[in-house]
Amino acid sequence: MVIPFSKAQDQAQRGDEFAELALPLFDSLYNFACWLAHDRSEAEDLVQETYAKALKGFSSFQTGTNFRAWIFRILRNTFLNSRSGLASQTVALGDEGALENVPAAVTRDTPESILFERANQDAIQRAIENLALPFREVLLLAEVEEMPYREIADALGIPIGTVMSRLARARRVLRGELQGKVVRA
Amino acid sequence: MACNLWREKLDAFVDGELPVETEREFDAHLRACTSCAADVANRVQLKGAVKRAGRRFAPSADFRRKIEKQLLPRKRTWSAAWIPAVAAAVVILFAAAWIAGRWTAGSQAAIGELIDLHVTTLASANPVDIVSTDLHTVKPWFEGKLPFAVNVPDLKNTPFTLIGGRVTYLEQEPGAGLLFQYRKHRLSAFILQDRAKWKNIGTTGAPVRHASFWVETWSAGGLRYFVMGDTSVANVEQLSDLMKRAASAE
Repeated sequence: MVIPFSKAQDQAQRGDEFAELALPLFDSLYNFACWLAHDRSEAEDLVQETYAKALKGFSSFQTGTNFRAWIFRILRNTFLNSRSGLASQTVALGDEGALENVPAAVTRDTPESILFERANQDAIQRAIENLALPFREVLLLAEVEEMPYREIADALGIPIGTVMSRLARARRVLRGELQGKVVRA
Repeated sequence: MACNLWREKLDAFVDGELPVETEREFDAHLRACTSCAADVANRVQLKGAVKRAGRRFAPSADFRRKIEKQLLPRKRTWSAAWIPAVAAAVVILFAAAWIAGRWTAGSQAAIGELIDLHVTTLASANPVDIVSTDLHTVKPWFEGKLPFAVNVPDLKNTPFTLIGGRVTYLEQEPGAGLLFQYRKHRLSAFILQDRAKWKNIGTTGAPVRHASFWVETWSAGGLRYFVMGDTSVANVEQLSDLMKRAASAE
């Protein structure tokens, strides 16, 4: 098949544009995929599939809108449709707004100060792992990717109010876990 | 506004999500309320700790290459199809000559970049992500973060102290950065996956002077080691020997 010069040129430019936007996010996507899937090989498949889908659908992506939120959304949807993603959705969210049952923070000997002294990242990593998926993903996008609430809402396809309530709950649960009081999300 | 109403906005405040005017009012409240100020400080600490702990998984070099190959060849395919073959050949010849000429300079550039990393580390308020003098704490900390094991030397009965470690990047590839103390000096050791273009550096087996630093580099077991510091050449050599012993002991 002969592709007209202008069309081939256009496709190549679009491919370059995609690589320019997508490659810098490679480490972040991989890290996020590992946190979702809990398995490196599955995470690699997820990232690869995400790039393939994103490249295919890149013509529908509007230049000037948030590419990072768009590609994270593809990754997350790809995960949710995978076997382990489907399994992770069986966790009950409970009442997202109800925070009363979660212990409030104390200001002395806080988990933060203890962890800071001991630099014990393992404990935090375990606590993040223990969070249910809806809370884990919001927390990671907010803290690790430093996404604003609006971008998290776009990436996860949920209202901004839900982002705020899940984030608040994730942090409370994390603090509770780190204080040795097991609080499940 | 009452304290309990401000507390509802704590998360939005530490996330920088409050409107400017409300943020200013919150700021004023914090100056008067030690309880809220302490809560904010705790939340900021937790935020930082989660950020560090959350950056846990780094892709392997193989997987990175695979993805780059998947995304980048489009450009080459298009160029090959449309640029006349003669022009391409000329470009390749020039490129080959240029690469050959720059080969050594490229290797030196890597050392320069690592010295920059070392200096940046020294200037940082948080020079390491894992703070520990214990090799049995630092070594396992790297597990899962790098596609290779990091061998940390045993510094008992030596003049060096381990300060800690961090994951560092050189040319988009992850590596280990270890920070050591010798009296009032600090020395860095970087461990990265070896690259073909580095084969001509470190062949003398002795530290070389680069800027105002002594740098020793060597390759072992598919990894490339760089030890550097502004102390004497003997210190850099001694720390390098300890690193080599740690690697060969595994």
